[in-house]
Amino acid sequence: MNIVVCISSVPDTTAKINFTDNGSKFDANGVQFVINPYDEFGLTKAMMLKEATGGKVTVITVGDITVEPVMRKSLAIGADAAVRINMNATDSYSTAREIANYLINNPADIIITGRESIDYNGGAVGGMIAEMMNLPFVNACNGLEISGNTAKLTREIDGGKENITSELPFVIGGQKGLVLESELRIPNMRGIMQARSKPLEVFESSSIEGLTSSVNFEKPVEKEACKLVDADNVAELVNLLQNEAKVI
Amino acid sequence: MSVLVYTESWDGKFRKSTFEAVSYANETAKLLGTDLVALSLGEVSNDELNKLGNYGAAKVISASDINKGDGQAATAVIADQANDANAIVFSNTYTAKMIAPRLSAKLKIGAISNVIEVATSTTPLTVKRKAFSSKAIEIATVNSEKAIISIAPNSFGLIETGGSLTIETSDTSEKGGITIEGQETASGKISISEAEIVVSGGRGLKGPENWRMIEELAELLVAATACSKPVADIGWRPHAEHVGQTGKAVAADLYIAIGISGAIQHLAGVNSSKVMVAINTDPEAPFFKAADYGIVGDAFEVVPKLIEEIKKIR
Repeated sequence: MNIVVCISSVPDTTAKINFTDNGSKFDANGVQFVINPYDEFGLTKAMMLKEATGGKVTVITVGDITVEPVMRKSLAIGADAAVRINMNATDSYSTAREIANYLINNPADIIITGRESIDYNGGAVGGMIAEMMNLPFVNACNGLEISGNTAKLTREIDGGKENITSELPFVIGGQKGLVLESELRIPNMRGIMQARSKPLEVFESSSIEGLTSSVNFEKPVEKEACKLVDADNVAELVNLLQNEAKVI
Repeated sequence: MSVLVYTESWDGKFRKSTFEAVSYANETAKLLGTDLVALSLGEVSNDELNKLGNYGAAKVISASDINKGDGQAATAVIADQANDANAIVFSNTYTAKMIAPRLSAKLKIGAISNVIEVATSTTPLTVKRKAFSSKAIEIATVNSEKAIISIAPNSFGLIETGGSLTIETSDTSEKGGITIEGQETASGKISISEAEIVVSGGRGLKGPENWRMIEELAELLVAATACSKPVADIGWRPHAEHVGQTGKAVAADLYIAIGISGAIQHLAGVNSSKVMVAINTDPEAPFFKAADYGIVGDAFEVVPKLIEEIKKIR
């Protein structure tokens, strides 16, 4: 089974979010980049599926050379091969188009994306790849079991889950539940050593025009300091919520 | 030309987020000087469909044979109705997150999600959206003539117009590549994404047996119950209640965090809420930096008092 996991290199959750060039560009200075947390669930799931049924796990990303440490980390976790499309990913459509072009030439049985990336929060690349390849797409996927050529999937819906069956191939937007947080894999020394000799292929982009553009960024208005109410005066909190904030 | 809004229903009923999308779409239609058309998938009664008129829809197309969970079918039907539309509006629900990107790729129309305000310009369409887990606002434009906009729930509000609409039915019966076997939902509980108030508990509550007071507070406030990641990981509460970065996102009017320290991963998932209250024994807990109101105190003393005080006003 061929599994392709789309990986996004994102600023660590604890990173300071600042912008340069008149607010038009994310300031990566001093920022630690990690595998997008939602992609990490998908990568671990891909490793488990491979271990159960055999096959190959390829990780793919769209980005410039600065994203390679995250791809090496994906290889250290256990992916067999990595692919980088050399392009600054600024728009979901062109990113999806590049990945779909790769997949047309290198067919996969399961294509795993994260339900969104924690930087731009677009949540669009998985669905777009699916449409471009005319495949089913299960978003917010929190369960996946394969039996032969058929998969049982679950997706999160408001207040519960939906049970789905689909033939392979398909695309998912993965999240927690695909695997447990405690099952997430951390690279060990052997993995890190092996990753050095695994292939990381670079393809030039086909310069597709994006459908959206980012103009600039603003920081949200700073919140006022927290109003502390004495623990012996809980009535005052209720009064504030009712008459000042008007939320109860 | 027109603005098309996808009006999502759950078991035949619209929700606040649906009416919010219609309100937003109506403001967009006014900007563009066009009519507003709604599109509903699945079985919805005429009485329910008529409610859309109150938020500005002039017409609704009801395709009752389409299951919204079948993203390929839903996308095909919406694409069929989108020929005349300058803009297609969604509320950013789980289903919309499945359909809107497909529609963008199918029609080659730029899609922008997490939008929080009506367009500031229409040439090209320019909107503000949340990015970096609400730590930044991005100003984004579409490069295409038309636009797909998904709005962040609870960011825009409702605008009633008192209007009425005409109902048109579509008997399309598209089918995509998946089979939907069924749904498992907790009945009688308010879902976290739908709730206006969310009451959330953390490790400070010391054990699952202490959640009775959280549930009582939530019942009084007609709120959903939620929990922090460690609480779900140790199995005190179901994973479906985990809110935060890798769990569910919360954008409530009021979020009450009880015994939750406020790790950055937690805040990233809940900071879209309009008002946040923190109750924690530790005055240094990071949640107090993010909260609007706080009480430094023991949850086991504060929460019962809070329940008593709320009973007085309810």
